[in-house]
Amino acid sequence: MGKNNIFKLLLFYVFVILFVGIIVLPFFWQFMTSIKPISEIAAIPAKWIPSYLHGEFYKNVFTKHPFGRYLLNSAFVASTTTVLSILIGASAAYALARLRFKGKKFMLMAILSISMFPTIATLSPIYLLLKELHLINKYAGLVIPYITFALPLTIWLLTNFFSQLPKGFEEAAEIDGCSRMGIFFRIMLPLIKPAIFSVALIVFINAWNEYIYALTFMTNDLMRTVPVGIALFPSNYELPWGDMAAGSVVVTVPLIIMVLIFQKKIIAGLTAGGIKE
Amino acid sequence: MSDSANPLSDIKLKEAIMGKKMKKHNSMISTEARDAWLMMAPALIILLIVAVYPIIRSFWLSLHEMILTDPGSGYPFIGLKNYIKIFQDRKAVNSIIFTLKFTITTVSLELLIGFAAALIMNKAFRGKGLVRAAILIPWAIPTTVSALMWKFIYNDQYGLFNDVLYRLGVIDSYKAWLSTSDGSFMALVITDVWKTAPYMALLILAGLQMVSESLYESAKIDGAGVVKRFYYITLPMVKNTVIVALLFRTLDAFRVFDLISVMTGGANKTESIAIYSYKNLMKFLDFGYGSALAVLIFIVVFIISLIYMKVLGDKLTDMEG
Repeated sequence: MGKNNIFKLLLFYVFVILFVGIIVLPFFWQFMTSIKPISEIAAIPAKWIPSYLHGEFYKNVFTKHPFGRYLLNSAFVASTTTVLSILIGASAAYALARLRFKGKKFMLMAILSISMFPTIATLSPIYLLLKELHLINKYAGLVIPYITFALPLTIWLLTNFFSQLPKGFEEAAEIDGCSRMGIFFRIMLPLIKPAIFSVALIVFINAWNEYIYALTFMTNDLMRTVPVGIALFPSNYELPWGDMAAGSVVVTVPLIIMVLIFQKKIIAGLTAGGIKE
Repeated sequence: MSDSANPLSDIKLKEAIMGKKMKKHNSMISTEARDAWLMMAPALIILLIVAVYPIIRSFWLSLHEMILTDPGSGYPFIGLKNYIKIFQDRKAVNSIIFTLKFTITTVSLELLIGFAAALIMNKAFRGKGLVRAAILIPWAIPTTVSALMWKFIYNDQYGLFNDVLYRLGVIDSYKAWLSTSDGSFMALVITDVWKTAPYMALLILAGLQMVSESLYESAKIDGAGVVKRFYYITLPMVKNTVIVALLFRTLDAFRVFDLISVMTGGANKTESIAIYSYKNLMKFLDFGYGSALAVLIFIVVFIISLIYMKVLGDKLTDMEG
């Protein structure tokens, strides 16, 4: 029995290490590529560990390309999107979860079905709309569509969290003479703060990673976001593997740190939508 | 008041109080409904202008001949001609076949691997937190970044893929994976599965953790084997979680764009409908035909959702507080 269990445990850890290893290997390889000298990137057979540290690709990322600007653009667009969609979404979610009105179920279904709209199917009309409003190559031109596609998820998740709060909070506050807005801002919002944080993380990551809209609505190189900027590193003349590797490390490291710190929060948000018994 | 001398007036008094209460209750409900619509208004207005209206306009554009480089045509209404064109256009048909193949392959692999990984990891063990964090990382990075990473891994001369397979003796010479159609398809599938199977595992794991241990214990005592326990306890308990995860993955796979755009650009017969639609819209500026392709994606996605919803029943909206 004892031997059998040890064998099982060993097998289990072999599996876990293999699983995690396959997940991590591409990152490891990319990181190594980013610090290799060019001659060793092109070595056959591949040289896994560089013989000395080579930092030029990191310098290239910020001097040959406006990568700092890409990062700034992404940070601004993603955080504005997050704040606005949480504000707008939480207020709608509160109404859907806590207030009585007709057509609630229909509204929930309608909002959920909007989350299934493929971005490509709204691309050209939004492009024409932004063009008419002179919002191409403007932050607002990206933030507005991003909010739109963050809203269904935000509303859905926050409605879930709001409806889990026990009844009676509002009544007590109403007796104390609080207005509906007062109840929402001073009592309900603080109550679901942890949930809001989870949802905010997911909205932020989604906005940070978005590609089609950013590719289409930001045509000026200085307005590009990270995912598009890095995808356009390769030119007609060269494939700068080292620069691309360094660029992806610069993007990935903050995300890894974020995931390590907030993993529980992110998972809470990710699983809240799907699981409801 | 109960010992009042006049029982009739007592009843009337009660009625009067009740009536007042009812009235107050009614007006409370109506201000409540008004407040609800006010609080939803900002979200609804944005959704109407930037999601619902564009979808309708896409559909409208798809009924026109609208090539932006040819404004002289006056963009005439041509009915369903763009849709008929899809089925006569070899490239469009190929892109539909490719997208279906890609969706079915990736989603089934992701479900299989995700489910297996979740079942194995569904217990307390040392380093679980770290494993969960590792699982989240592929999900958290931009698809364009993971596509670039893997593109270099598949590189015909300097790539890790060739190196590992060669060292393991699986291949006897380096292959140019991204220059054949089978190789490209495999490369895309591996990259997609790498990015999303862990995420699938995570969702299923969360569902598994809601199954109580005592259920398994009592089934064990009743003599149910591993297969029976899986079939009668695990599967029914996580069914909804799995279906929701499958729905989102199927929709994502069917709309695949970022990965292909960066890794192959649609070369070697790897053009998805979304890629082909994008090319028509933004490269050839053929907004009519491009929109028809985009609407086709929308319709298929809609049908897929309906099928899943049917399987799921009303579970999604069972949340009235």
